[in-house]
Amino acid sequence: MALSLAAARVRAAALTLPLVAFIGVTFLAPLGLMLTRSVHEPLVADSLPDTLAMLKEWDGVSLPEEDVYQALGRELLSLHRQRSLGSVATRVNRLESGMRSAIVRTARQLRNADPGSWREAMIAAAPVWNEPKAWRALQRSGERYTLRHFLHALDLERDTAGNVVAQPPEQRIYLSLLGRTLMVSIAITVICLILGYPVAYLIANSPPSRSNLLLLLVLVPFWTSLLVRTTSWIVLLQNQGVINDLLVAAGLTTEEGRIPMIYNMTGTLVAMTQILLPFMVLPLYAVMRTIAPSQMRAAAALGASFGQAFVRVYWPQTLPGIAAGSLLVFILSIGYYITPALVGGRTGQLISNLIAYHMQQSLNWGLAAALGAILLVCVLFLFLLFNRLVGVERMRFT
Amino acid sequence: MRQQSRVKLQGRAGSFIAALALIGVAGTQATANESVTVVSWGGSYAEACKKAVLDPFADESGIEVRLESYNGGLAQIRAQVETGNVHWDVVDLEFADLARGCDEGLFELVDIDELPPAPDGTPARDDYFEGTFSECGGGGIFYSTVYAYNDESFAGQRPATIEDFFDLQKFPGRRGMRRTAGANLEFALLADGVPPEEIYAVLNTPAGVDRAFGKLDTIKEHIVWWEAGAQPPQMLADQEVVMSTAYNGRIFNAQVLEQQPFTIVWDGQVLDYGQFAIVAGTPNLEAARSYLLFASRVENMAAIGHYIAYSPTRRSGIDLISTHRETGVEMRPHMPSAPENMGRVVRNDWEWWADHGEEMNERFSAWLSR
Repeated sequence: MALSLAAARVRAAALTLPLVAFIGVTFLAPLGLMLTRSVHEPLVADSLPDTLAMLKEWDGVSLPEEDVYQALGRELLSLHRQRSLGSVATRVNRLESGMRSAIVRTARQLRNADPGSWREAMIAAAPVWNEPKAWRALQRSGERYTLRHFLHALDLERDTAGNVVAQPPEQRIYLSLLGRTLMVSIAITVICLILGYPVAYLIANSPPSRSNLLLLLVLVPFWTSLLVRTTSWIVLLQNQGVINDLLVAAGLTTEEGRIPMIYNMTGTLVAMTQILLPFMVLPLYAVMRTIAPSQMRAAAALGASFGQAFVRVYWPQTLPGIAAGSLLVFILSIGYYITPALVGGRTGQLISNLIAYHMQQSLNWGLAAALGAILLVCVLFLFLLFNRLVGVERMRFT
Repeated sequence: MRQQSRVKLQGRAGSFIAALALIGVAGTQATANESVTVVSWGGSYAEACKKAVLDPFADESGIEVRLESYNGGLAQIRAQVETGNVHWDVVDLEFADLARGCDEGLFELVDIDELPPAPDGTPARDDYFEGTFSECGGGGIFYSTVYAYNDESFAGQRPATIEDFFDLQKFPGRRGMRRTAGANLEFALLADGVPPEEIYAVLNTPAGVDRAFGKLDTIKEHIVWWEAGAQPPQMLADQEVVMSTAYNGRIFNAQVLEQQPFTIVWDGQVLDYGQFAIVAGTPNLEAARSYLLFASRVENMAAIGHYIAYSPTRRSGIDLISTHRETGVEMRPHMPSAPENMGRVVRNDWEWWADHGEEMNERFSAWLSR
C-alpha cells in the first residue's frame, strides 16, 4: 500500500518534469548565464595570456621592458591572423577610449615588418604605448573576474590607485534612472489601483448582462497589441494630435500654447497606466466576485452607514486582490521598455531602455547584465518587503 | 524560378534560345534554387537599392534575392555569427560598423583586386575614393547628415548656415535631431566656430567634448529626437518641427516624390559612407559573393543614385550620375559630393567614433535624461 502510494507520487512528480525542464532551459539557465556575464569576462585574459602574465611583475608606473612589448606584439599579430583582434580591442577600449584603434593599428603595422625593436615599432604605430595608462587598461581588462560592471552600473569607478570613487557628474546616469524607474512603477501602480478599483467594483456588482459587457470593455484593450495601443496614444497626445486640437478649438489653449503631453514623462505614465490597467482590474474583480452582496446588506441592517460597511466589511476582503494586482502591475512596469522607448522622449526613459541599449547598440553585455542583476535584486527586495507587509499566501489572482 | 517564368513568357519561338541561355547561366553562375538575403536600411533607401541593384541582379543571375531591413548596428549580426545560425547573407553597413565587424571576423574578407575594374580599365583599388574601401566591403555610397526645413515654416528670412540651426533668436521653434551623439557633436562644434578640419582634434580633449555638449545645451529644450531615417521628413511635413537634421536622400525623395516644400541646408553637412558586406559563415557564400561583385560594378553603384540622392564611392561612378529615373530630376546638384554642396563639410571620422562612440553615447544618454 505504502509502496504503491510512493510509486504514484513519483509518477505524479514525473509528470511535472517537462515543465521543470522547460523552466530550467528557458528561464533559469539564461538568468544564470546573464548573472555570470556581469562578473565573468574571460576574453582578454584568454587572448593575451603571455602579456598579462608578464605584466603581473610590472610596477604600474614606469614603462614595461622590451620583452613585454614583444610578447604583446606577437599576441596581437596572432589575434589579427585569427581575425579576433577586434573583439579584444573593443573590450580594452571600454577602459580607455582610443585603445581600440591603437591596438588594431599596431597589429596592422607590425604585420608588414618584423621589427628590430618591438617597443619602437609599437610606439611608432600608436604613441599611447608610451604611456602607462595603456598598459593599465590592458592589465585591468585582463581580469577574468571583475566587479567593474557593477561599479559602473552604480555610477562608480576605480581611479588609477584602485580606489572606488564616484564617476564624474556628467557621466552619472544609472542610479538616478533606477530611482526614476522605481518611482514611476510605484506611481503607475497607485494610479492603476485608484482607477481600477471602482471599475472592478462596478463589474462585480452589476447584473450579469451588464457586467459581461463591462468585462469585455476591459478585455478588448487587454487583447489588443501593445504597439497598437501605444501608437494610438501618440495619435491622441501629440502636439498636433486629437486632444491638443480639441483644446485649441475649444479655446482652452492657444496655438502656441499646445500642451506637450507625449515624448515626456506624462506620455510614459499615461500610456503605461492604460496598458497595465487590466492587470489591476482582473485580480480585483476575481476577489470582489466572491464577496457576497448580502454581507454589505447585513452590515447596513446592523446600522452601519455605507462608508462604515465598506471600510470594515468590504475593503478588508479585497486586500488579497489589491496585493495581487499591485504586485503584477509593479513588476511588469519595472521591466517595461517598448512603451517608454516609443512615447517617453527624453525624460520618460526607464532603466530597461538603457539595458536594451547596452544589449543591442553598445554590445556591452557585461554592463547590461549588471544592470539587469541590480534590477532583479530591487524587485526581489520589494517582493520580500511586500510579503512582510501583506503576505504572499493571502494573494488571489483568480 | 525567375528564369523559368521568363522561358514561358517568351513562347515557343524563343524557348530554344532561352533554354540555351538558361543552361549557360546555370552552368557558369548559379542553380535556380539558390537565394541570397540582403539586409538594408528600409524605407525609400532600401526601395532604391532594390530597383537599382537587387532586381537587376536577380534578373541577370537567376538567384532569388530577398530584401530585409534593419536599423544598423552589429548586434544581430554578431548573434547570428556566434550561434552559427546565419540567415542574413549580405548587409548594408555604416563604415564604422563595417570596419569594427571586419576586425572582429564577423564578415568575409574581400580581395579588392577581385572587384570589377572601372569602365576605362582602372583597377578598383585605384578607383575607390581614399579610405572608402574596407577589407570586407563591396559597393558603396556617400550619404550625408544635413539639416532641412519646411519652406512654409518661414515667411521671411530662412536659415542658411549651421549657426542658424542653433540660433533660437533668429529662428525660433523646435528642431529635430537624431537621438545619438554621432553628427550632433560635430554640428554643435561647427556652430560654435570650430573649423571642420579641427572638429575631431577638439573632440579629443575633455574640454572639447564639454564645449560640444554646452552648445547642445543652448537648444536642448527645443529639440525633438528622432531615431529612424524616415521620421524627419514626416516631422517636417507635419510641421512638428521647423527644421530637422536628416539623411539627405530621404529629404530629396520627399521633395521629388511627394512634392514637399523642403529645403536642404548643405552648410555644415557631415559626410559619411557605407558598403555592403558578406556575413561570415553564410551558407549561401557563392550567391552572396556574386551579389557583392555585381553590386561593386561601377554602373550598379551609380544606379542607386538614379533613385535616391546618394553617390557612388568610386571615382569613375561620379560621371555616371544622371537623372532621377521616376521624375527626370537632374541628380548631380542633389548629391552630397556635388561641389556646390561641399562648402563647409565635416568628413565623418569613423575611426574616432569607433574608439569613442560608446563613451560619447553614454555621456549623451546621461545628458539627455537630465
